Amino acid sequence: MTQTAPSPADNQRTAGEFETLAPSPRELMKRRARNHPGLIIGMGLILMFCIAGIFAPWLAPHDPYDQNLANRLADPVWGPKGSWEHIFGTDALGRDVLSRLMYGARLSLLISFTAAVIAGVIGVVLGIAGGYFGGRVDAVVVYLINVKLALPVILVALSIAAITGGSILILILTLGFLTWDRYAVVVRSLTQQMREQEFILASLSAGATHTRIIFRDILPNLINQIIVVASLDMAIIILIEAALSFLGLGVRPPTPSWGLMVSEARSVMFFKPHLIMIPGLAIFLLVIAINMAGDGVRDVTSPEGRS
Amino acid sequence: MANFFVRRLMIALLVAFTVSVIGFSLLRLSGDLASILAGENATTEDIERISKAYGLDRPWIVQYWDWITKALRGDLGHSLFTHEPVTELILNRIGVTATLAFSSLLFGLAIAIPLGVLAAVKPNTWIDRSALFVSVSGQATPNFWMALMLIYAFGVWWRQAIVFGVKLSEISIFGFQLTGLPISGSATWLHFVMPVLTLGTSIMPSIMRLTRTGMLDVLSSDYIRTARAKGLPSRSVLFKHALRNAILPIVSLAAVQLGFLLGGSVIVESIFALNGLGYLAFQSITRIDFPVVQSILVFLACTYILLTLISDLINAKLDPRVRLS
Repeated sequence: MTQTAPSPADNQRTAGEFETLAPSPRELMKRRARNHPGLIIGMGLILMFCIAGIFAPWLAPHDPYDQNLANRLADPVWGPKGSWEHIFGTDALGRDVLSRLMYGARLSLLISFTAAVIAGVIGVVLGIAGGYFGGRVDAVVVYLINVKLALPVILVALSIAAITGGSILILILTLGFLTWDRYAVVVRSLTQQMREQEFILASLSAGATHTRIIFRDILPNLINQIIVVASLDMAIIILIEAALSFLGLGVRPPTPSWGLMVSEARSVMFFKPHLIMIPGLAIFLLVIAINMAGDGVRDVTSPEGRS
Repeated sequence: MANFFVRRLMIALLVAFTVSVIGFSLLRLSGDLASILAGENATTEDIERISKAYGLDRPWIVQYWDWITKALRGDLGHSLFTHEPVTELILNRIGVTATLAFSSLLFGLAIAIPLGVLAAVKPNTWIDRSALFVSVSGQATPNFWMALMLIYAFGVWWRQAIVFGVKLSEISIFGFQLTGLPISGSATWLHFVMPVLTLGTSIMPSIMRLTRTGMLDVLSSDYIRTARAKGLPSRSVLFKHALRNAILPIVSLAAVQLGFLLGGSVIVESIFALNGLGYLAFQSITRIDFPVVQSILVFLACTYILLTLISDLINAKLDPRVRLS
C-alpha cells in the first residue's frame, strides 16, 4: 500500500525534476538578464551613483561646503598644476568638485526617486481607474491627462518655485505632480486590454470584488511596465531638476546640485571648461544609465523579448 | 466626421478653460500675492495699497472673471514692471520663439526621419546601432549643458583651433568666412544656429524611435510584401507605400513636440539671450510679474491644445479608424 500511493513528497520531487529539464520562466528571465549588456551596464552605473550618493558623507574626500579662497579654481588631476588632493579640482570658491559631485548625486537621486514615486502613485491610480471602470470615470481621467499635457512643465515648475521660495520638499512635490501623465497613459491602456481577458472575467464571475481584482489580478501584471515607465520618469525628473537649478529656481545655493554646479561655473567656463563639463557629464551618465536599465527591464520582462 | 469634430472640439474647449483657471491661480497659490510684490520690508499699508491697485483684494472668482472676459477680447492686462500691454509684449516676442521652434522642429525631422528609416530598413546593423546610440545620448543630454558646450566649441575653441595645420576660423565656403558663431542675441540667422542645434537634438530621439518602430511595423505587413512581389522598385515601395503609412503618428508627435518647443525654449532663450517668449516668461517669473506670467502660461497651453486638435483632425481625416472608434 505504501508503494502504490505516491506521497506528497514524491510529487514534489517529480515536479522538481521537470524543472531541471525545462527551466522555469523566472530562471529564463534571469538568463535573459545576464545576457543583456545594456541592463548590466546601466545597473552597474546606477549602483555606482547610488553608492557615491548614499555614502557621500564617508566617501567624499572633503566637506562640500568648505571654501578655500586661497586654493580657488585649482586644476583637476590631469591639468598642469593638478594634484590628487582635489581630483576634479576646485570651483570658484575653492570647494572640492568631486565632493560636491557626490553630494549632488545624493540630491539628484533623492529628488528623482521620491518625485517619481509620487508621480507613479497618481498616474497608476488614475490609469487603473480609467482603464478598469471605463465610462464616465474614464472620461474624467482622459480629461485630466489632457489638462496635464497642455501645461508647459518648465514654466509651471519655475512659477511655483518663484512664488514659494523653493524648498526641496516643494520641488519634489511639484515634479511629482507634473510628470504623472506617462504612467496614466500606459497603465490606462494596459488595464483596458486586460479588462477584456478571460482571467478577469473568471474572477468577476467567481464573485471577486473590484478591489480584489485590481490588487490581485491587475496590479501584479502591471508591475514590470510600471518599473519601465518609472525609470523613464526618473530620468526626465533628473533633467528637469538640473534645468531648474541651473536657472536658479530649483535647488538653492550653497547646496551641491549638478545643475547649480554648471550654472556657478558659467562665469569661468571660457578658461576652466572642465567645471561645466564634469557636472554635465554626471547628469548625462546617470540619465543614460537609468534609460539603459529601463530599456533592459522592458526587454527582459516583455513576452516579445523572450525570443 | 462632424460628430467626431464636435466631440473633439468640446474636449479642447473644456481643457482650455481648466488650463486658464490653473494658469490664473498658479501665482496666487502662496495665498498673499500682494505681500510678495510689496517686498520684505513693506508695511501693512503698503501691502493694502498694492492689493487695491492691482485689484487683488477682490474675491478670486471676480478677479478671474474680469481677467478672462477681457482676455477673450484680446486685452491681457499690463505688465507690473514695464507697464506695457501684455498682448503687445507677447506679439512682439512670439516671432523669435516661433522661428526658433519651427526651425528646430524642421532640423529635428530632417535628421530623425532619414535616420529612423535607415535604422528600420537595416535592423541590427551598425546603422541601426549608431542611430540607437544617437537617440539614447540625445535623450540624456541636458539642454542647458548642450547649449554651453556649443558656446564653448563654436565661440572659443573654433576661433583658435588648428586641425591638420589649417586654422578652422580661416576656412571660407562660398566666400563666406567661418569665423565662429555669435553666442548671444537674435540679430541674424547665424544667431539661431546654436539654439536650433540644441533644441533640435533634444526632440530628435523620440521622432527617430517612432519612425523606426513605425517603419518596422509597416515593412513587415502584407501589402508591402505584395508591392515587392509585384516587382515595384524598392525605393518606391519604401517611400510611396511604407513611409506614407508610418508618417501618421509622426505628424501627431511633431505637433506635440512643437508645443513642447514653444514652451520649452525658456532655457535655450535665456542662455543665448534670444529675446523671445521664453526669455520674457523667465524674466517675468523671477520678478513675479503675474499678469505676464499667467498670460504666457495660458497662451502656450492654448497653442498646444490647438496644435494637438489640428493634428487629431488631420489624423481623423486620413484614417477612418480614428474617427469611427
